[in-house]
Amino acid sequence: MDLNFTDSENAFRQECRAWLEANVPSEPLPSGDTKEGFALHLEWEHKLFDAGWAAVSWPKQYGGREATLFEWLIFEEEYYRVGAPSRVTQNGIFLLAPTLFEFGTDDQKERILRPMARGDVAWGQAWSEPNAGSDLASLKSTARRVEGGWRLTGQKTWSTRAVFCDMAYGLFRTDPEQARHRGLTYFMFPLHAEGVTVRGVDRLDGDEGFAEIFLEDVFVPDSEIIGEVDKGWGVAMATTSSERGLSLRSPGRFMATATRLIDLYHRYRDRSDPVLRDQVIQAWMDAQVYRWFTFQTVTRMAQGESIGPDSSMNKVFWSEMDVRTHETALAMIGDALELDEGSDGAVDGGHWMKGFQFALAGPIYAGTNEIQRNIIAERVLGLPRK
Amino acid sequence: MRFAFTDDQKMLRDTVREVLQRECAPEVVRAAWEGRPEGVRAVWDTLAETGVIGMTASEDAGGMAMSELDLILPLEEIGYAALPGPIVDTVAVGIPLLEAAGTDAQKERWLGPAVAGEARIVVVFEDQALVPYAASADVLLVQRGGTAYCVPVAEASISPEQSVDRARELGRIAFEASAQYQMRDDVDTASLFALGRERAALGTAAQLIGVSRRMLDMAVQYAKDREQFGKPIGAQQAIKHRLANALIEQEFARPTVYRAGWSMATSVRDAEIDVSLAKIYAGQAAKFVAKEALQVHGAIGYTIECDLHMWMKRAWALAAAHGDAAYHRERVGRHIL
Repeated sequence: MDLNFTDSENAFRQECRAWLEANVPSEPLPSGDTKEGFALHLEWEHKLFDAGWAAVSWPKQYGGREATLFEWLIFEEEYYRVGAPSRVTQNGIFLLAPTLFEFGTDDQKERILRPMARGDVAWGQAWSEPNAGSDLASLKSTARRVEGGWRLTGQKTWSTRAVFCDMAYGLFRTDPEQARHRGLTYFMFPLHAEGVTVRGVDRLDGDEGFAEIFLEDVFVPDSEIIGEVDKGWGVAMATTSSERGLSLRSPGRFMATATRLIDLYHRYRDRSDPVLRDQVIQAWMDAQVYRWFTFQTVTRMAQGESIGPDSSMNKVFWSEMDVRTHETALAMIGDALELDEGSDGAVDGGHWMKGFQFALAGPIYAGTNEIQRNIIAERVLGLPRK
Repeated sequence: MRFAFTDDQKMLRDTVREVLQRECAPEVVRAAWEGRPEGVRAVWDTLAETGVIGMTASEDAGGMAMSELDLILPLEEIGYAALPGPIVDTVAVGIPLLEAAGTDAQKERWLGPAVAGEARIVVVFEDQALVPYAASADVLLVQRGGTAYCVPVAEASISPEQSVDRARELGRIAFEASAQYQMRDDVDTASLFALGRERAALGTAAQLIGVSRRMLDMAVQYAKDREQFGKPIGAQQAIKHRLANALIEQEFARPTVYRAGWSMATSVRDAEIDVSLAKIYAGQAAKFVAKEALQVHGAIGYTIECDLHMWMKRAWALAAAHGDAAYHRERVGRHIL
């Protein structure tokens, strides 16, 4: 065990820090879940990519730095420490890209990865359907074989930022004779093509961060399938652990939130009682614990182990920690908590209420925490399915 | 950065695990509960033969000069088996303390036997009233009024107290604080006892991880075996979610203990903050797992006949020993706020 960073890891941190401090916008960008905010966030992504920071762990040929997983965690710590903009490219670089690296053809990787990481092509996910949420395998959208490709028909929903995106990916039923997770295929499809309608849905926090996607005989060529026809479930599941696990929510984000919470406590300590004080301490400790847990996980990955269902523990922990931390912050602010973003008297620009509402989504997206607990019980503890 | 134990550390864990599987079945712990400690004494002897009891002593003293980090996995196994006895006192705290602060005569008399497993050390910190395992120990290292003493148990008086964990042989100690028992006055015994406190808290946290793991194993097994409504109760989501929560608590506590072991072994600045995190999370996880394991067991878990209770009571006692959550949280609070 050696919990010191190596010299080269420390040098990497210095390099990240220097670049970020010199380049991160001094004023926070408007929310990336609004039209104008999204465009500004994409500009930021261009800048990140051009300097080689958009996807540090990727191979150099796709614009990465071939950073180790530990270096990636360091990058994330530095990124959130300086309060850099949220990553509107994350559905591409953290969710689709791992799938492409594992299952994609050379042509797909060549074609898709760089524009994705630069934010030239924005990607949204299209997993859920109106009647297929937690029970994703019951999805009904279909892909019908036609000359030279496929025709997609159906409805997808809760697609993050799809109203601003260019492309999306999801599962479609290619073999109607087969049930549930068999006979599904993993497709990438354009959002501006004929037959596609994207309708924005306002989220709890008021931003148009969700979308419904309606598809009617939308043509996609064979080259837009990832993996084999009818084998899409395995392709999708192989990389869900990256979503639930650390790539979606690295410790740096929560350490930064805990640091801001301590700062808030110093400003509002007159209003705090010992219970709130304990909750602040707990929030800081939870972020530390998540960091050490992640270093342990990444060590296992670096040794070639696959993490698999253990990633569900990660997801439950960070999502519920994030809610608690924001609840603590709101309890300190008192009745000013209801002041929305843009109100003059809002504490820290209304950031804590906004963050709280965003945190509340954590136990729901990327597989609800109830589903995660089922996975933990069945696949880690070995309890019977039925 | 590498957050993993070495092959040697895992081998030592496996050795301890095998000894305990062979010699420390729940019946052995139960016998200690009922006043028949011969079985657990025999386990101590076997552990001494493997070198575990003397592992923290210097090589000159017949040990392996092993660190706090090396101790973590063996202590986790000891918690898993609920082996009673002053193992943290003797191995993690007592032997290094005696080597550093004992007079030549004290070391001559106690160090060799302690390393060989023939003498058991119990450490009593300045403000500590309740002392487990004193009655069956051989020597006490006591901090009283700022002075350090090395007192043979035969020359101290011990008034027994009843612990809910009967195997813990709880008592209060009294002795004549005379010069003949004093430890070296040319070393900073206050600092050495302070270091001992950190080691005691860390060692207790490591045991707690093992205690949690055992209770969870019992509960998972029970949930697989016990059938109601024509199927195992573990097929019910309500049971699954309890056990999943228990696993999450336990698995997030684990790296805090490993981290604290490393911090102490490498003497990093603020290592005591890491020890506090370890003690808080390991204690909270063990108490949480205890509650969930009991609920999953149902009525049978609420009996003395079921082994679970011995681990539950160990969890409660250890979670409060060497600084409870409130104590350690306050220490963290002073550091960060």
